[in-house]
Amino acid sequence: MEARVVTIATELDIVRVRQTVRDIAVRGRFSLVEQTKLVTAASELARNALVHGGGGEVSVSAEPAGPGVRVRLVFVDHGPGIADLDQALTDGFTTGSGLGLGLGGARRLVDEFHIESTPGRGTTVTISSTSGGVVR
Amino acid sequence: MRPTGAVPVLTLGDVVLVSIQVELHDELALRLQQDLAERVAATGARGVVIDVSAIDIVDSFLAKVLHDISATAAMLASTAVVVGIRPAVAITLVELGLPLRGLRTAPSVDVAFTMLGVRQSAGSPASTVPPPAAEHPSSDVGRGRRENVGAHEQLPPSPRVREMG
Ligand SMILES: Nc1ncnc2c1ncn2[C@@H]1O[C@H](COP(=O)(O)OP(=O)(O)OP(=O)(O)O)[C@@H](O)[C@H]1O
Ligand SMILES: [Mg+2]
Repeated sequence: MEARVVTIATELDIVRVRQTVRDIAVRGRFSLVEQTKLVTAASELARNALVHGGGGEVSVSAEPAGPGVRVRLVFVDHGPGIADLDQALTDGFTTGSGLGLGLGGARRLVDEFHIESTPGRGTTVTISSTSGGVVR
Repeated sequence: MRPTGAVPVLTLGDVVLVSIQVELHDELALRLQQDLAERVAATGARGVVIDVSAIDIVDSFLAKVLHDISATAAMLASTAVVVGIRPAVAITLVELGLPLRGLRTAPSVDVAFTMLGVRQSAGSPASTVPPPAAEHPSSDVGRGRRENVGAHEQLPPSPRVREMG
């Protein structure tokens, strides 16, 4: 079990998050498609933490899971939070200039997706995927 | 013509060509979008070919940039063709909910040029990197190659947080 924390304070950190997640997914023997999905989801959530949450951090960890490896990412920010989670998760809903696909899309790209948010306090999004073609 | 920083924009006859070889952070992607539009307007190019075959992740931000480049090219009486989207990227984009309908794509730069109705000069296909001692490379091409820093993250000297409007 290893864990790494990447700070998300500038858009360059989004690139660093992607590289860190790619790295750990490769070592966890994720297939190319599995890697790409997880890295893309991480990119969406890192950008949300930066743009909507005013910055934050992600902790990246890996642990054995059956024949494969489960990679878990926990994104934390202390921004304004989200009042209506269902609305935020709806494809096309945005309060910014994006497409409103980040949250809903990230949820579709990973095995497990959990979001917790307290208005005025911040948002925590936890995702995980497991290598080795584990059925969802 | 203004240099783009890490992403060289080349003009080859009637076509503006860009091959993205660095991991694009947001500001770089937006700068590329602007540079391409300016180059198309300045040259009246009939096509914009964007080679993304070196890109291993396209998230919703970059997808929107590609879409916006294509829409902007159309308004400038030009046609954008995105070349070499990797299979894993295509699968991910569809699942993300961004199938990029309406975006023209091609498997190779050669096919993109054919789609645009442009014939390439024999012996120097646009998809190959000319050797340093190539005969009479245009100053444009030479400058672009030197600016190309390779498939690594490009860190500008003073990173700024993108402001959302
Ligand atoms: N970490 C966060 N803190 C506060 N609000 C958030 C956060 N993440 C998402 N939101 C809210 O949820 C909305 C939907 O997020 P989502 O990522 O789906 O779309 P987006 O970021 O607006 O656009 P994009 O398609 O570019 O990701 C955001 O517009 C924002 O209002
Ligand atoms: Mg988003």
